[in-house]
Amino acid sequence: METTLFDLKSGEEAVIKNLKGGAEFQKKLRSLNLRRGKMIRKVTAEPFHGPVVVEIDNTEIAIGMNMAKKIVVEASESESD
Amino acid sequence: MKILLMGNPNVGKSAIFSRLTGIDVMISNYPGTTIELKKGKMKLDGETAEVIDVPGTYSLDPASRAEEVAVNMLQEGDLVINVVDATNLERNLNLTLALLERNIPVITVLNFWDEIRHLGIRIDIQKLESRLDIPVVPVVAVTGEGIKALVSRLHEAKAHQKRYTEESRWERIGKIIGEVQRISLKKHTFLERLEDLSVQPLTGIPIMFSVLIVVFWTVRIVGETMIAYLFDPLFELYLPFVTDLSRMLGGGGVVHDILLGTLIAGQIDYIQSMGVLSTGLYVPIAMVFPYVVAFYLVLGILEDSGYLPRLATLVDAIFHKLGMHGLAIIPMLLGLGCNVPGALSTRILEGRKQRFIAATLMATAVPCMAQTAMVFALLGPYGIKGLGIFFMTLFAVWLILGFLLNRFLGGETPETFMEIPPYRIPYPGSLGKKLWMRIRSFLTEAIPFVLFGVLIVNILYVFGIIEWIGEMAAPVIVGIFGLPKEAVAALIVGFLRKDVAVGMLLPLGLDMEQLIVASVVLTMYFPCVATFVVLFKELGARDLLKATGIMLVTTLLAGGILNALL
Repeated sequence: METTLFDLKSGEEAVIKNLKGGAEFQKKLRSLNLRRGKMIRKVTAEPFHGPVVVEIDNTEIAIGMNMAKKIVVEASESESD
Repeated sequence: MKILLMGNPNVGKSAIFSRLTGIDVMISNYPGTTIELKKGKMKLDGETAEVIDVPGTYSLDPASRAEEVAVNMLQEGDLVINVVDATNLERNLNLTLALLERNIPVITVLNFWDEIRHLGIRIDIQKLESRLDIPVVPVVAVTGEGIKALVSRLHEAKAHQKRYTEESRWERIGKIIGEVQRISLKKHTFLERLEDLSVQPLTGIPIMFSVLIVVFWTVRIVGETMIAYLFDPLFELYLPFVTDLSRMLGGGGVVHDILLGTLIAGQIDYIQSMGVLSTGLYVPIAMVFPYVVAFYLVLGILEDSGYLPRLATLVDAIFHKLGMHGLAIIPMLLGLGCNVPGALSTRILEGRKQRFIAATLMATAVPCMAQTAMVFALLGPYGIKGLGIFFMTLFAVWLILGFLLNRFLGGETPETFMEIPPYRIPYPGSLGKKLWMRIRSFLTEAIPFVLFGVLIVNILYVFGIIEWIGEMAAPVIVGIFGLPKEAVAALIVGFLRKDVAVGMLLPLGLDMEQLIVASVVLTMYFPCVATFVVLFKELGARDLLKATGIMLVTTLLAGGILNALL
């Protein structure tokens, strides 16, 4: 099921499907290896509109909430099906 | 010859720089420790080569401001040592391949070589060398393992002029990774579990408060213990010497007062006498230094463990209400040690607005350890109440002022986008070195200032200048803050050293409420001269003027309100 990093549940793994937003922003994401096809895990989201923490390879990255909304992912183990 | 150390943030460039040049530099486990270009020299084949520690960069995209420095440096360099985090090879190779497009000789260093086995990663170095067609040297920068091999192979560095698009570069990396790296599944370690637990709010927030409480009490207990068992006995031994000197000088007169100060009940009183050789030595060495050591020991452990970026993530939402990234916790924490490095580290924040807010809040509401140590000594006898009100007031000022600045200053604070490094057990060698660097700069920079400060006070007293200013400032000092007008002397000295200034409150016989007001006012009204100079360099004259105006107004308000409430 396609969703965004923001809407993904904490602890869930997913594959990056698409990046939205400006070209500069997308480039920034890709330079940290957040690219289409990469497997990620959402570690947590901080309360009060705080950042989302995502793990990719062996690295954790904190990403602002609105940025996380622009990362389209597909959850690898969807519980609904 | 110019050798550039380049790589992603937090891959250990500075540790390697320090190994190559023998220059001590600050090394911590968070991205952006190195805030300016560091240059040093090393011997290479009998000649001297210049080594430049370039701030970390993820790409060589000239469009991005953050990468500008790195890209510009490339024009001047003759050779690049590309430092790569072996635990995160794929992402790091993106910069490596970008460097291979630049027609400059490159040698790659795989740092954290000791960590990859625990992570279940295997890297075939020979194959990686042949695929990249440049030398690849595994090292452990903090221990120095592999540095010799790196130096001996520098001349093998090779230039390429590859042509990649961003996409073809990642494709090439994908192919190389597939050939040289094997990852086996492994169990999660305790530290990895802790990484998750300390950023997840439910567990992370209790962990955060526990850490802060442990830090506070450790600093207090370690500091108090050193004073009671080491420094006070030391000054007991010194007392006969100054007492003799005092007798020789006849117990009074201008020279006596400047060197030893005024006798209190016929005796030299280390805290109250205010002589260069009595109070001038006792305050920095026996009252402030122990806490400074304790604080920097604890801060070093926090920095090297990798906890700070997690703390930054947890507080990010609150900090954004104040117009800053959570990462601004770093200038605040450094400022608790000394406002000078605190002000310098505001550079790790992006955007002018954010830097201004962070610098202003730090200079206004964050007391340095030297001052805090003296406040401990002054308010400590009143128990947790006095200290509690002091710190809560500053925290409230910090919050409210930050909120207002964010509200009324123009400009945007971009969203957070920050790498969080893994937890690492601090390496005692580099921990010790960092502690020593900080202690050294305290001893060489703070103590002369204290002596100078005490000297100035005495001179000002002798000429009656302090009394004169006291009369002038009486409406504010007495009327608004409820302090005796003699307190103006402390405010004057506070420009030079806040610790001496707080010490000067003691002879005034203030009650707890007045001590709290005076300590708060001394923290806030103006930065000490050393901080002021750094702020001038970081903010420029106009913004510094603005910041100082904000400090003065805030001090009048906070001091007045506190005086009215207490």
